[in-house]
Amino acid sequence: MDYFDRFAVPHPSPAIYVSMVAIGLTVIAIIAGLTYFKKWGYLWREWLTTVDHKRIGIMYLISALLMLFRGGADAIMMRAQLAVPENTLLDAQHYNEIFTTHGIVMIIFMAMPFIMAFMNFVVPLQIGARDVAFPRLNALSFWLFFMGAMLLNISFVVGGSPDAGWTSYFPLAGNEFSESVGTNYYMLALQIAGLGTLMTGINFITTILKMRAPGMTLMKMPMFTWSALVTNAIIVFAFPVLTVALLMGTMDRLFATNFFTTANGGMDMLWANFFWVWGHPEVYILILPAFGIYSEIISTFSRRNLYGYKSMVGSMVIISLLSFLVWTHHFFTMGQGALTNSIFSITTMAIAVPTGVKIFNWLFTLWKGKIVITTPMLYSLLFIPIFTIGGVTGVMLGMSAADYQYHNTMFLVAHFHMVIIPGVVFAMLAALHYYWPKMFGFKLNEKIGKVGAWVISMSTLLAFMPMFFSGLDGQARRMYTYSESTGFGFLNMLSFIGAIGFAIGFCLIVYNIYYSTRYASRDISSDPWDARSLEWATHSPVPEYNFAITPQVNSAEAFWDAKKHGHELFTGEYEKIHMPNNSGVPFIMGCIFFAWGFSFIFGMWIPVIISTIGIFACMALRSFEKDHGRYISVNEIKKTETSRGA
Amino acid sequence: MKIDNSLPLEYSTGQNQINILGFWIFIGAEIMLFGTLFAAYFTLVDRTGNGPTGADIFEIAPLLIETFVLLTSSFTIGLAIHAMRLGKQKAMMTFFGITLLLGLVFLSVEIFEFNHFYHVGAGLQTSAFTAILLTTLGTHGAHVTFGLFWGLSIVLQVRKRGLTPETANKSFIFSLYWHFLDVVWIFIFSFIYLKGLM
Repeated sequence: MDYFDRFAVPHPSPAIYVSMVAIGLTVIAIIAGLTYFKKWGYLWREWLTTVDHKRIGIMYLISALLMLFRGGADAIMMRAQLAVPENTLLDAQHYNEIFTTHGIVMIIFMAMPFIMAFMNFVVPLQIGARDVAFPRLNALSFWLFFMGAMLLNISFVVGGSPDAGWTSYFPLAGNEFSESVGTNYYMLALQIAGLGTLMTGINFITTILKMRAPGMTLMKMPMFTWSALVTNAIIVFAFPVLTVALLMGTMDRLFATNFFTTANGGMDMLWANFFWVWGHPEVYILILPAFGIYSEIISTFSRRNLYGYKSMVGSMVIISLLSFLVWTHHFFTMGQGALTNSIFSITTMAIAVPTGVKIFNWLFTLWKGKIVITTPMLYSLLFIPIFTIGGVTGVMLGMSAADYQYHNTMFLVAHFHMVIIPGVVFAMLAALHYYWPKMFGFKLNEKIGKVGAWVISMSTLLAFMPMFFSGLDGQARRMYTYSESTGFGFLNMLSFIGAIGFAIGFCLIVYNIYYSTRYASRDISSDPWDARSLEWATHSPVPEYNFAITPQVNSAEAFWDAKKHGHELFTGEYEKIHMPNNSGVPFIMGCIFFAWGFSFIFGMWIPVIISTIGIFACMALRSFEKDHGRYISVNEIKKTETSRGA
Repeated sequence: MKIDNSLPLEYSTGQNQINILGFWIFIGAEIMLFGTLFAAYFTLVDRTGNGPTGADIFEIAPLLIETFVLLTSSFTIGLAIHAMRLGKQKAMMTFFGITLLLGLVFLSVEIFEFNHFYHVGAGLQTSAFTAILLTTLGTHGAHVTFGLFWGLSIVLQVRKRGLTPETANKSFIFSLYWHFLDVVWIFIFSFIYLKGLM
């Protein structure tokens, strides 16, 4: 039995045992359900083997929502523990594990797939393409992300959860201070998911550069596509840094090398530098697509074209360049000296300029517009003031001298939640409501949606505003408890109530999905919001080939011009359409990667070697395979188009 | 599949052009990967702990063989692509074969060299310097190893299917990869070995 001891959880608690049982029961329920309803074939043919960018987008969306609940549960536990002084709900070790996985799950496995979901679904439609440049690679990207996420999520019931913070600074994350396999999970799960993200980056840059509809020059691309292009460029340049850092970290932990140790020449600060050389651009990987979404929504519901198109593009490009020049501001207090700190202070504050340009462009788009308040628009309008609070406190943190006061306090925690939640989460929820009719052919209920938007935005303020004050008073982040004499109790109780508000808000969104699926009218037009860009020019839900005839583009708002100014979007006859074949290889390769990662984490070298061979066998299979795709005939297109009422 | 005969075979279809652009972007990511490794190397080069320095362990003979062999292989893969454009499949296959053979020689010498490092007390765990040295060299070596298998599978496909837009595209992309590995080696040669020997 000694062999199996390694899989035991090092710090068990009743909650973990309950989770084990719950996970077991859920797996059994899913398997039983699929078998009972005879859905295995459907699942395999329509989803697991799909290479369709729209279905992959939907799978990203489902994963993101699932992970939102995992990360949310972590958040509630943290806030509950801190709600009153000297609380004993969680012990120190358990608290460490929870704030670590909360960070990783929310950033890597919630925000990233949420963005990938809309990038996958929307970008090919916005540029009038049939699919992405490399559809099968796109499926592989998804499965690598998904398997990475699953790997991290089983950590707390098999072998132990990572507990060194989502930044996993060395030497704390080294073998000496983190004995359990938790940090191995961190290294391998992020590595696998990161490879998937890198491939997505390459895929989407190629797609956007090569597959735009005729007439769509770069400066006539919709703003979300522009944001996707810039984001993917950041991905391609930032993720390899993470790859190397994780490789070195893995070697330190499993092969006893001395990259980040404190002996034999190792340098722990090298990890911190590499982590943030990736980590800070990562922040902009999250926020830029969100900005793109806001640009689409604000211009649609102001019934005006986007103000300052060129300055929007320019500011995104400047942000992407500056994002690589600010990483040191994450550790101003760690002794680089005044000159270095000053330089990074200035670059950090400089980012506020292009971001401010964007904020003002949105305000000027609203100015004199005929504003229609829908759920997506409500999220966008709430975003502007709340995000500005977060942004301004970011400039405060960017001042290196003042940062000695703010560093590692709840002030910082309040700041980044006040930018990420209104910036990314509101944008993704807005996009969820905005693109839902295009994805599924019916709208989400507006009334429930708007209540949800208000509940979530007010909870943001309630949960995080108190942290600015407790942080300035000296409450350190990542502390699992505090004494009553500190006086932090009341502020933390407010935060806890805010966290409960969040939970209610997200439950409302789930209820809305359930309610609308049952009761919403299916009889809506393919353009329910009176929108402006190409994705609304095709049917809802979108047919597999996206557009029966490739659209002709004349401006950044070709669809609006077609509706209002008599521009001919679709000219010519139906022609047969070339589509890629489905393939099970990406899914199987993802599973092998899971096995590879899992055995690597536990240092089981024989399975590692076998699965490595398996991975290369999949690649060889792809190389030798003759797969030229298939054609959809003109008759089939006519049939589909007539059935959708064209 | 529309074939444009005014372009070289490897560029002749839309998908081919997309593949080549995609691969260039991948090379961009690879530059960042090796760039990060070099940054780590420069940071850790003097942090030798109780272990040897570069000057203690670098040997000039295997280094020169490796450099000569790899640079020559970059030339021969260029000749292979040139032959491909002239439609001379046999010449192309010969040059491809020579390239892979030279790659194999490079790899064997590198394995010999690693063995030497190990025997003079510069193992992976010795110090931060040896760890980053072996990781950087090893990452390049792993790329060469992968390239050998990849190149072999392309040779097999060209032999079986002849020069089609698809096989030509694969061969061309492989040549980009191989040239890139050569460029990385030039940096390794200059900034790791020569600088270390000085």
